[in-house]
Amino acid sequence: MSDVVERTLSALPGLLGQQDPGAGPGGGPGRVSATSRLGGLIRSITALSSKHEEEKLIQQEQTNLKATVSAPTTTLRLMKECMVRLIYCEMLGYESSFGYIHAIKLAQQGNLLEKRVGYLAVSLFLHENHELLLLLVNTVVKDLQSTNLVEVCMALTVVSQIFPREMIPAVLPLIEDKLQHSKEIIRRKAVQALYKFYLIAPNQVQHIHDKFRKALCDRDVGVMAASLHIYLPMIKKNACGYKDLTESFVSILKQIVGGKLPIDFNYHSVPAPWLQIQLLRILGLLGKDDPRTSELMYDVLDESLRRAEINHNITYAILFECVQTIYTICPKSDLLEKAAKCIGKFVLSPKINLKYLGLKALTYVIQQDPNLALQHQMTIIECLDHPDPIIKRETLELLYRITNGQNVTVIVQKMLDYLRQSKEEYTIINLTGKIAELVEKYAPDNEWFIQTMNAVFSVGGDVMHPDIPNNFLRLLAEGFDDEKEDEELRLYAVQSYLSLLEEEDTFYPQKFLQVMSWVLGEYSYLINDGDPEVIITRLHRLLKQTFVTSETKAWIMTAITKMSSRMSCSKTVDKLIQEFSTSLDTCMRQYAFELKHLCENKELMKNLFPLDASCDEIMVDASLSFLDGFVAEGLSCGAAPYKPHHQRQEEKLSQEKALNFEPYGLSFTSSMSSSGFTGRQSPAGLSLGSDMSGNSAEIGQKETNCLKLDGVRKLWGKEGYLPKKENKTGKEDKTQPVPQDSILMAHVVDPPLMQSEQQVVSLSEEEKEKQQLASTLFVGLGSNSTISLMGRADIITQKLKKKSKISETQNSEEASSFQNIAALPFSPLPDITPNNKENFQGSEHLGLRKVSLSSSEVLEASVSFDTSQSVTEAGLDEQLSNCRLSTSSLFADSNIEVFQPPQNIPDIVANKAPLSLCLPEELAGHPHSEIVKLCSSDILTVYWCKVWTDDCSLLVLFVANNSTSPLKTVNLVFESAEHFKIFESLSCHFPVIEAQSMESCQKCVQLEKVCTEGILSGSISYHLDTDTHLEFSLTFSLSDFIRPMKMTTEDFGRLWLSFSNDVKQNLKMSPSQGSLSIALNALKQKLKLHIVEIIGNEGIAACRLLPSVPCLLHCRTHARTLALWFRSSCSALPDSLLYQCQKVMEES
Amino acid sequence: MIKAILIFNNHGKPRLSKFYQRYVRGRASLYCCNCIHSGLIGGSDNKLIYRHYATLYFVFCVDSSESELGILDLIQVFVETLDKCFENVCELDLIFHVDKVHNILAEMVMGGMVLETNMNEIVTQIDAQNKLEKSEVSHICHWYQCALIVL
Repeated sequence: MSDVVERTLSALPGLLGQQDPGAGPGGGPGRVSATSRLGGLIRSITALSSKHEEEKLIQQEQTNLKATVSAPTTTLRLMKECMVRLIYCEMLGYESSFGYIHAIKLAQQGNLLEKRVGYLAVSLFLHENHELLLLLVNTVVKDLQSTNLVEVCMALTVVSQIFPREMIPAVLPLIEDKLQHSKEIIRRKAVQALYKFYLIAPNQVQHIHDKFRKALCDRDVGVMAASLHIYLPMIKKNACGYKDLTESFVSILKQIVGGKLPIDFNYHSVPAPWLQIQLLRILGLLGKDDPRTSELMYDVLDESLRRAEINHNITYAILFECVQTIYTICPKSDLLEKAAKCIGKFVLSPKINLKYLGLKALTYVIQQDPNLALQHQMTIIECLDHPDPIIKRETLELLYRITNGQNVTVIVQKMLDYLRQSKEEYTIINLTGKIAELVEKYAPDNEWFIQTMNAVFSVGGDVMHPDIPNNFLRLLAEGFDDEKEDEELRLYAVQSYLSLLEEEDTFYPQKFLQVMSWVLGEYSYLINDGDPEVIITRLHRLLKQTFVTSETKAWIMTAITKMSSRMSCSKTVDKLIQEFSTSLDTCMRQYAFELKHLCENKELMKNLFPLDASCDEIMVDASLSFLDGFVAEGLSCGAAPYKPHHQRQEEKLSQEKALNFEPYGLSFTSSMSSSGFTGRQSPAGLSLGSDMSGNSAEIGQKETNCLKLDGVRKLWGKEGYLPKKENKTGKEDKTQPVPQDSILMAHVVDPPLMQSEQQVVSLSEEEKEKQQLASTLFVGLGSNSTISLMGRADIITQKLKKKSKISETQNSEEASSFQNIAALPFSPLPDITPNNKENFQGSEHLGLRKVSLSSSEVLEASVSFDTSQSVTEAGLDEQLSNCRLSTSSLFADSNIEVFQPPQNIPDIVANKAPLSLCLPEELAGHPHSEIVKLCSSDILTVYWCKVWTDDCSLLVLFVANNSTSPLKTVNLVFESAEHFKIFESLSCHFPVIEAQSMESCQKCVQLEKVCTEGILSGSISYHLDTDTHLEFSLTFSLSDFIRPMKMTTEDFGRLWLSFSNDVKQNLKMSPSQGSLSIALNALKQKLKLHIVEIIGNEGIAACRLLPSVPCLLHCRTHARTLALWFRSSCSALPDSLLYQCQKVMEES
Repeated sequence: MIKAILIFNNHGKPRLSKFYQRYVRGRASLYCCNCIHSGLIGGSDNKLIYRHYATLYFVFCVDSSESELGILDLIQVFVETLDKCFENVCELDLIFHVDKVHNILAEMVMGGMVLETNMNEIVTQIDAQNKLEKSEVSHICHWYQCALIVL
């Protein structure tokens, strides 16, 4: 009893001090309790004058709160009040993690009002992956089972806000039941909660898709509306699966538009506008590229357009969606006409919001109807100078879409103008990317290209996407088809950078400096009349600038090294070496030392830095044969032989943690090792290894003799590019060399647009300018003009087209490795240079290997200077050939010829693979799928099969030539897939396939991103009279990448505890699946699991996802249900594996 | 999807913040300071849509899948509902009854998705919940008084 008294007494002040909370909101100024502590807190915060004071006050408040909430005597009512104050503190940005656990407790214990505040606090404080959230699950489960509707509502609300993914199975059945609840509010919230589950774990709600259909047909509008949230993403993902619902959606929309809903749903006398918007979007997705489905919705779209004619914001929103849908589905002319009229109304509206919508719609439809943009060209021009930045940005987006070879200069100029004004990081990143893309695609000439890119680099600075400088450099290095053109471009770039660097103390962004130094290092030899000494001096000056980061310094040093390899001796270089040999920056010091040693051995240096070889393939000794000596030495000293990662892991598991008392195995004798590896030498000096041609060295020699600086035209001044006539950059106020008018005039050529020109007479000067701008901007648009917009890709002035041999997919990879190579052709080992590390981390696996190899080799080269030169030379050649040999032997199995008896009648090979189709010997022993036909034409047939080896999944393709003549240049190319990675390359090339014979190739496929199933598509092309192109696609599922993982029960137990990601689910077993062992064996066969042990109705199994991500399974049968419990170190794996298991169980 | 809902006054003081997606705390509070002046926050996909009422800014941060004008009117629905629930709503109501405002919001937007736009329906729900809670609270008050009397 005394306990009760105490609690009651402590609660009293809270009771009296606060206004009755039950009184609810409302009622004039008296509604704020004068003595409430929250009131006090807010008042004192309002009275404060500085941030510092606020921090102090909040700290004090938090200390008080901490004491209160952790005191055992605090009542729930007081706790509730504390929570509100904590929420306030959190809102101001002060973390109050001490209160989190109490919020959960409050949600668990309080009465309705307190519980609600508790739940609210939890949903505001915690995030999805917070560890404390697990403590809430029990409360949620309890409340979901409550008979009190409010409690159920609260639980559903919190579930749809935050819920731990692993615990979904615990509440899923309860929420499923709620779909049949008699109260519509509960049904609605249950649907919303399931939507949340669909978002975070789609596989777990797969079995209740039928129930969503029921929700769609619910008699309550709210429930139906909620179910649309689920349907939108599902249809987006797979439109084909829901075509049958089109009619339902159409009839719902018809009813809404026809005003059949209760009047309650009207908003400003528009019936359920948000619902309409949602439905229109769904219809758009369904009708895309499907004339039959589109047919169904023409009527209702027409009706919607007609009804939405009241002047109100929300009707405009509906109209916009209508327009978008009309242009998405299969076109119908009179609807398009109406939609175009709508867009016109939007664009011309003086209201900013509507104008914005209009521009957005125009951007969307421009691909299909460029004439519409022509109609509104004057308005678009006006929008370019609109004071509202959003309008401006949207206009630029529109212009970006209509760019072609003729208007590119004007549009890019406009974009650059906007870029110069904007300060916002996101805008800069976005816009520089677009400009770079347009420039690369449509640049009319070299000068303009370089100048524009210079502007992009200097304005975009260091925030822009790293791909932009990388792509630019690649473009310069790889060049185009015309060698002479390439030279000119490079020469122009070098000249422009030189004049940019002439100015002292000008600030350039780091990326720009890196680009400049690379280009100068690589191509400065192109200037015939310049002195390399001068260039080096300028670079040297940069090194001393304080704003230059150490990464950029590494680039500059590399450039200087490259250049000094082409000249006999240089004072500046000597000075530089001296200067940096004592530098405190270890990285710079190392560069200086390396440069010093290289300068002593000119011949080697020239070999290391061949002229214009940045694009040449680098031969990489992938077998790491140069390390053999080192390995042998290590082995002979008693080191353990290398084991791959998964082997190590398995062994670790199988070993006890006891000390090893047994003696080590016999060590190799050193004599054996040396004899075993003679003949192989480390390929020193190979790194930049194009084969060195004699004449490249010659050119280098010549240049060092005759480079002079006088006579170099000055093209660049402080303010930018200077016109050609200017010889001296004396006056600084000479700006913007190319007057805009001249560009504009130069491009007014298109005859149909002359019509507008004729009206000019009566227009003012300003108007005239706009007209001109319009005609230059919209040149090449519309059906009348010579070049249509749709043909954007093949505009005549495509000087700077990328070389076709590089497929788009390789670009990014190449770019990143390219960057590394550029930065590191002469670098120390990666772990010594901190700044280079960044590069390594970002780069692809492949690139990384390349670079690290090359750098280590260079180091080796520089270390072994004392060996006589002739030896190095000889060794180099030998290694080159050595290396080739080893690489070819390494990749030999990727191109295996399958000998095959001649086939007389190719037609017999219809659907079944011919008998002679067999796997190469070394693969035949592995489990593999049936060899089936992938695609075929009269001349050629492709078969495929999967081979599941222990450490990878191989895709074997057979290409059979059915014709009687040999096929030449057969190319097989895979598209890069989201989830998969293909080694060694995406393509496969057969120079010739003899008549009636077959070639095969194999590719190693790896799962990069865990998914249940994915499609790998590609194409094969060959030339016989004409070029023929066949497309194919094949499916890989997760089970292709699963391998058994052998382990003991103890290991299983240990591993089980160390994994955090788990998923549980109960599956129904059919009678045929009887016992656990039958079910498990089915799983074992289909999914290649390793069954560790089965005891009674419980069993454990283990598998690994290639290469070595383990996943453990615990299963138990109980009354016709199979409870599966997965755990893994990878978060997505259990979920997907569960899905696979479900499928297997359903099938068997 | 709606990513976040923020309310703050003309001086930039936050009055309500609700995030439907996890944000790093430091950035979340930073947003509150800068929002008024910049038109856009977050990554490439996020848009800010706001309406200004008397002393308050109502800001919705949404991704590209939401209709801009639709959201603009959703703000209007939200404010009108607040007005109905609080009878002539003012900034003070938002300050002192943050929990109630959150409840109203939870009826309208659930997990970042628009759940209900029918004002009458929302008001009915809120009223029903208030009534239930009130009855429970008065019941407990009664119990407390009894305990005191027994003493």
